[in-house]
Amino acid sequence: MTSSVLYDVPGPRAKVRNRVYGVVSAVAILGLIAFIVYKLDSTGQFQAGLWDDYEYADTQQRILDGLLTTLKTFAIAAVLSVVLGTVLATGRLSDHKPVRWVATTVVEFFRAMPLLIMIFLLYAAVFTSEPMWALVIGLTLYNGSVQAEIFRSGINAVPRGQSEAAYAIGLRKTQVMTGVLVPQAVRSMLPSIISQLVVTLKDTSLGFIILYEELLFVGKAFAQQTPPVNGVYAFIPMVIVFGSIYILLCLALSSVATWVERRTKRSRKGSPPAMPADDPSITNGMGGAGGQTA
Amino acid sequence: MNVLSDNFAMFREGFLGTVELTALSAALALVLGTLIAAFRVSPVPALRIFGTAWVTLLRNTPLVLLFLAVTLGLPALGLKGWDSFWLAVMALGCYTSAFICEAIRSGINTVPVGQAEAARSIGMTFNQTLGQIVLPQAARTAIPPIGSLMIALAKNTAIASGFNVTELGSVQKTLNAASGYDIYVIFLWIAVCYIIITFTISGLFRLLENRLAVAR
Repeated sequence: MTSSVLYDVPGPRAKVRNRVYGVVSAVAILGLIAFIVYKLDSTGQFQAGLWDDYEYADTQQRILDGLLTTLKTFAIAAVLSVVLGTVLATGRLSDHKPVRWVATTVVEFFRAMPLLIMIFLLYAAVFTSEPMWALVIGLTLYNGSVQAEIFRSGINAVPRGQSEAAYAIGLRKTQVMTGVLVPQAVRSMLPSIISQLVVTLKDTSLGFIILYEELLFVGKAFAQQTPPVNGVYAFIPMVIVFGSIYILLCLALSSVATWVERRTKRSRKGSPPAMPADDPSITNGMGGAGGQTA
Repeated sequence: MNVLSDNFAMFREGFLGTVELTALSAALALVLGTLIAAFRVSPVPALRIFGTAWVTLLRNTPLVLLFLAVTLGLPALGLKGWDSFWLAVMALGCYTSAFICEAIRSGINTVPVGQAEAARSIGMTFNQTLGQIVLPQAARTAIPPIGSLMIALAKNTAIASGFNVTELGSVQKTLNAASGYDIYVIFLWIAVCYIIITFTISGLFRLLENRLAVAR
């Protein structure tokens, strides 16, 4: 058994104690879950009338349409943000001071603005009748800036000797970048890039607030249309169904990131350069505006 | 013409709303996050599973969906009479707690095992090892990511504007709808407000980092 920083390998008494704690906490957690289920049931959330709508082909078609809208938005925003990220990262790594300053200002500004505030601006000022483009451009500006930081730190993490050696044999800067630095950096950056794409996917749900008909909006509209059964509205079933869809989508995409990470670690040519972007200061993904994330 | 001076009361209310929302949900997130991190590193499997499930679920849920779940779900569970502000604090706090938990946990994981082994071998108790050896070192690693999580939290509070909470996002929405002002000027002032908040947070955390820094 590997020892932990926090506690010693348990002896016989500690083992007994841990087992007691385990039983107590398992009972407590199961009790909590049972309580929630009981509460949901006693407030009538599991009545068949609220759920059997999901069996109709028409409903499933609407959910599918919403899902496709979400995925389409995500796909466009993902491609555009990676492109913008590449452009901005190139700018930040440029040898010309003005270019570097412009790129740095753009990146810092869009990273500091809440995404929703950007989307409100775009929706009110530019794309008044096309919420989709307000959402896509907002997502692109924010996530593109974050991707730019990921690219830049990935390229900076390649050992200095690599670029020095490349310059020494007479390659030009473009050749050093495309032939030496980028191929090595991509391997170490890929997990971070994909995690940021998960954030982009999560943030497409912000379209809900500007009334764009993506998955979550379909869900809300759907729950509002379902007639209440015995005075209970269909919101909780909606949250459960649509929440599962979102979580599965994001989990699928994150598992790609984990898989890629494991693959690159296993590579025979030695591990890729350590990624300083592992700390959330760069991938502070948390949803909405921060990412961070998340 | 001048949006800020015409609507100063509104801006002040929105600014204070955002600050309050950030502070309260940050407090909730730190407490919950520490608790869940303790669960995730505990020797008890049931608690570890609970912590992992909490983090996985919340990290993969869009915040807007979580807002919907909290504003619609908690009243259904019998928490009636909460206003939208406290529901927003709940949603933001729970969401951020998952990220805080991971920051704390990875902070603990970076402490070399040898440190704790050395502490135990000179006879320190569990509490002494934890309080004097492991946590002070873990804190130094965990604080910078927690700082950027707090900034992300401040930015995420904008989502509460979609759920009947008065803060900067809703101020922007109202002013955008009330025609007569230049939409870009409104955005500029809102942006300034957010930049004040995020710079304050990052300043505070830089101070904290400098305080805790150790010359190595």
